[in-house]
Amino acid sequence: MRARIRLLLVATAALLVNACADQRSHAHAVYLLVDTSGTYSQELDKAQRVVAYLLGTLKPGDSLAVARVKSRSFSEKDIIAKVTFVKDPMQANAQKRAFSDKIGTFRREATKGSAYTDITGGLIQAAEFLKETGAAKKTVLIFSDMQEELDYKTVRNFPIDLTGIRIVALNVTKLTTDNVDPRRYLGRIEWWEKRTRAAGATEWRVVNDLEHLDRVFTGRG
Amino acid sequence: MIWPGNPALSAVVLFVIVVPVLYGARRAMHGVLNALFRAVANPLRLGARFLMKTAEELRRRNKLVLLAHGREEIAQGIVKEFERVTNLVQRDLHGYPALQRKLMDEITRIEEEFQKCGEVPPPPPEWTKAVAAIAKIRPSGDGLVEQILDDIRASIDKIYDKVVAEYRKSYEKRHAILKGFMPFWRSVDQTLNRVDKNMDGLKDSAARIDGQMEKFQQINANSEQAEHTLTSSAGVLFVISALTMLVAAGGAFVNFWLIERPMAAMVGGSEYIFGNMQASYMAAMVIIFFETLMGLFLMESLGYTHLFPLARINNRMRRWMVWISFSILLVLACVEVALAVMRDLIIAEDIALKQQLVGDGATAAAAATSAWALNIPKAAQMILGFTLPFALAFVAIPLEYLIHSGRIVFGALLVMGLRGLAFLARFLASVFKQTGRGVTHLYDAVIFLPLLIERAVVSRRGPRALPAGEGHGVAAFPKRTATGERML
Repeated sequence: MRARIRLLLVATAALLVNACADQRSHAHAVYLLVDTSGTYSQELDKAQRVVAYLLGTLKPGDSLAVARVKSRSFSEKDIIAKVTFVKDPMQANAQKRAFSDKIGTFRREATKGSAYTDITGGLIQAAEFLKETGAAKKTVLIFSDMQEELDYKTVRNFPIDLTGIRIVALNVTKLTTDNVDPRRYLGRIEWWEKRTRAAGATEWRVVNDLEHLDRVFTGRG
Repeated sequence: MIWPGNPALSAVVLFVIVVPVLYGARRAMHGVLNALFRAVANPLRLGARFLMKTAEELRRRNKLVLLAHGREEIAQGIVKEFERVTNLVQRDLHGYPALQRKLMDEITRIEEEFQKCGEVPPPPPEWTKAVAAIAKIRPSGDGLVEQILDDIRASIDKIYDKVVAEYRKSYEKRHAILKGFMPFWRSVDQTLNRVDKNMDGLKDSAARIDGQMEKFQQINANSEQAEHTLTSSAGVLFVISALTMLVAAGGAFVNFWLIERPMAAMVGGSEYIFGNMQASYMAAMVIIFFETLMGLFLMESLGYTHLFPLARINNRMRRWMVWISFSILLVLACVEVALAVMRDLIIAEDIALKQQLVGDGATAAAAATSAWALNIPKAAQMILGFTLPFALAFVAIPLEYLIHSGRIVFGALLVMGLRGLAFLARFLASVFKQTGRGVTHLYDAVIFLPLLIERAVVSRRGPRALPAGEGHGVAAFPKRTATGERML
């Protein structure tokens, strides 16, 4: 009888402690899409710097995934590395080191760019991943020139769902044709903004100077 | 509008139509206006009276508390002064009668010796007479007499030298005795000085006790001066305690950031208790609060503060409490030292990771070579971690004063606030009352023409011409009497 009472007390205490804890997630999940198509694959060094910045910024409990954008990007196979950092900061640091190594290996091995650029497929994949993490704050970083090129078989002209996700386009380089007519560049940016906002994205932002990455992550707890 | 094209004419016609109606409804309207404004003004006056009464009651209670507190404080002060006097008397004046007796004996002895030193033994009287008789002998040039006188002189000189030598020897002996007394004189002098100082201390204590007693009498007499003095000293004490508490809060803040990071490693950095409150923040705060609590108990059991009713527990239990709270405080201080080391490790690990991520090998090498320099902040953190819990323990003293003086200060502020509100309510009541009167007069001003006619008719027919009951109503444009009062 006493043992039962004790068990009941322990269970009640556990329930109380659990009730006190805030069940809402405060984590931050970041999905980095890296364009590996054509000449943009030469920008991978910069992408690695972005990954280093993210690893230095994200905290225990946060999630990070890096995926490549190629001819068809709606696939888990395109995720180069993904991790959810454990709550112990020492172990989290070990995870960060392993993640950095994976990205380093990818950069060394990525030599040939893909023929097409399926940014929409990557975005859909990113949205799926981020929703699965259950994080409170979700961010997709697109490291690309934002020039989508699809082969004739790939279908992407349908509405997508990016509800609750923040989209940040990084290092949106100007193409040769953009230099001829800057309206092409501006129109491309505007088109993506419209598309992401229509898909329910909470924010759209373009950051071309990677020194200002901190502005993307300021104000988060 | 009667004539849409002519608003002025419409207004005049409307005025002509409305004025008789207003004149007819004058008494009723006056009643309504008075009732309306009184409905606002009277509750405000009642409220003001209630607030004033409450403020007075609160002030009376505050005074009671203040005087009781002051009485207790002064009584404690007097008890302490008496304890000091008792200690002084027991320590320094305990053997005072024996010391005095000894001193008196010694002083008598010194006096006797001194007098002896000053005494010159008189020369033998016969000898003097013989010398005088011989001195009278006139030199006659007789060789025999000369010879006899020379012999006598030689004998006298010899005896004189002997006597002088004896005297000198005697004086030397006395001087030696007196010289031997010098340390004793010094000791006597020092003892007397000490006794004098103690007596001065006693006199000062007596003066302080007199001052305290005077205050005590003033408090017992419930004098205004005592109340003002106590309120003012409580205010000063409140400000000083609040400032000290702010400094302590700064220390607690530093302590918090010292242990927050390692606590995040222990309880999980991404755990949240509620809202944006991280579990690590809560854990760090719990440790700091626990340290403060142990400090409170330590100070309480040591008798520095009297926040809890510990008078009932005996000295043995009090000693146990001292040791238990001190031990827990020591353990917590050691935990903080460990957390400081852990914090340093985490920071070093983070720095190493960031350097690795950016591929800065040179910086890493430089950091490795200057490792000894990195130990300085580590040591500083450890020292801070160990000392801050003990420093926080002393928060109990200003906290006690803050609580005691806070009751008085907030009570006085509350009284002031209530009085201010009462004044505001009274002011508003007066404003509404006067506005009501003004509006009534304005009403009469609008219907001045029928009122003038009424007045003319009344003055022609006399007061009896008024219909029954009119005489008790509100008169149109009441006249002033010779004394300046209004005649209704």
